[in-house]
Amino acid sequence: MTLGLAFDALLCLLILSAAGLAVCGRRLFASIAFFVTYGILIGISWLRLGAVDVALAEVAIGAGLTGVLLIGAWAAIRRRRGNDGLALDATGAMNAADEAEAGDDPVMPRPRRLVAAVACSVLAGLLAAAVAALPAEVPGLLPAVTEKLADSGVSNPVTAVLLNFRAYDTLMESIVLLMALVAVWALTPEALWGDEPGLRQHARGDGVLATFGKVLPPLGALVGAYLIWAGSDRPGGAFQGGTILAAVWLLAIMAGMARAPRQSSRFLRLALVAGPVVFLGVGLAGAAFGVFLGFSAEYAKRLILLIELALAVSIAATLALLVAGTPVARGGS
Amino acid sequence: MTITGALLYALCGVVLIGVGTYGFMTRAHLLRRVLAFNVIGSGVFLLIGALGRRTAGAQADPVPHALIITGIVVALSLTALAVALVLRHVGETGRVVLPEEDAEEGG
Repeated sequence: MTLGLAFDALLCLLILSAAGLAVCGRRLFASIAFFVTYGILIGISWLRLGAVDVALAEVAIGAGLTGVLLIGAWAAIRRRRGNDGLALDATGAMNAADEAEAGDDPVMPRPRRLVAAVACSVLAGLLAAAVAALPAEVPGLLPAVTEKLADSGVSNPVTAVLLNFRAYDTLMESIVLLMALVAVWALTPEALWGDEPGLRQHARGDGVLATFGKVLPPLGALVGAYLIWAGSDRPGGAFQGGTILAAVWLLAIMAGMARAPRQSSRFLRLALVAGPVVFLGVGLAGAAFGVFLGFSAEYAKRLILLIELALAVSIAATLALLVAGTPVARGGS
Repeated sequence: MTITGALLYALCGVVLIGVGTYGFMTRAHLLRRVLAFNVIGSGVFLLIGALGRRTAGAQADPVPHALIITGIVVALSLTALAVALVLRHVGETGRVVLPEEDAEEGG
């Protein structure tokens, strides 16, 4: 027990150091790298808290996809800043981009930083006092979930909450995801509308990316499909599995093995809305027999699996396209 | 009050909220703001999850876990939208900070 506690304390210290370096690091790229490390450390803390489902989601989405998004944005900004100057050779362009980056990344003057530090310490202190005031042991909603688990159709309590007891939240979440993609696509410049989203890479045939792009997708697709299937009775589910499928797809696109779909593709749009539509349809069918999103215990497992399969397809497509972003003008100018 | 793992992680989450807020306040670079927002977010998730681990037995409360998974996905959606807005802002103005921050820096 004490050894476990020592590990927990050490892990918390590592998490806080990584967060500090990610937030205050001198160079933006190093900050992003520390942020990815931080996400993986947080994933380990979820394992220690007995939340394997959350650990999978955190590592895949919080560290993985968010990291890809930030690095992609960093590279896009750098390219743009590099192009602002005169035409330089490769190393010269790098230096120009470095300088532009340093000038663009201002830090508040010291006295105001001090005020901010005091304000944030007070905030954390108040929250800590609130945490300390809470009772050390509460049953929470665990007894209620355990009691009804047999009627939910699945035996993983987290999946039962996500897709049965609080299916409302998850339905809204799948729609939020879709709305976010609509909003990102709305930022597409007029002339490029309907085109392939950005992220087009030219990986060298013998490079690391190209090799990974060939080796990892089959394995990743297998792991993703397994997680979706396993979600009903052990950790996993549509979100974790769908994220891995999204990552596999992105990797294949970045390695030049596959092409990103055009925004105007009808097939793509069908994949994007399949999850929310099936979810909503099942919910409305439930309403016809009594309760909106109410699954009778007899059919619950089949209905949940149907929703999870459709959701996984939509989640994979939506997440991949969210990370890919808007189409970008090609040709360097 | 005895120190438990759950309490440690809850306090860790609290400090993360503080660290993230500090980064959000002191750094003007828009990508750093997006990053700091994510640190605040995961601090909140850790706090909620750790508080859900105050159950008596070996099993944690699954309801906060489901909420956090939902939260992680929503945070990614927001991050993707924020990054798209930042890139469009950089494309339009060539600057990676907001106009009011530019004014404060004196040019």
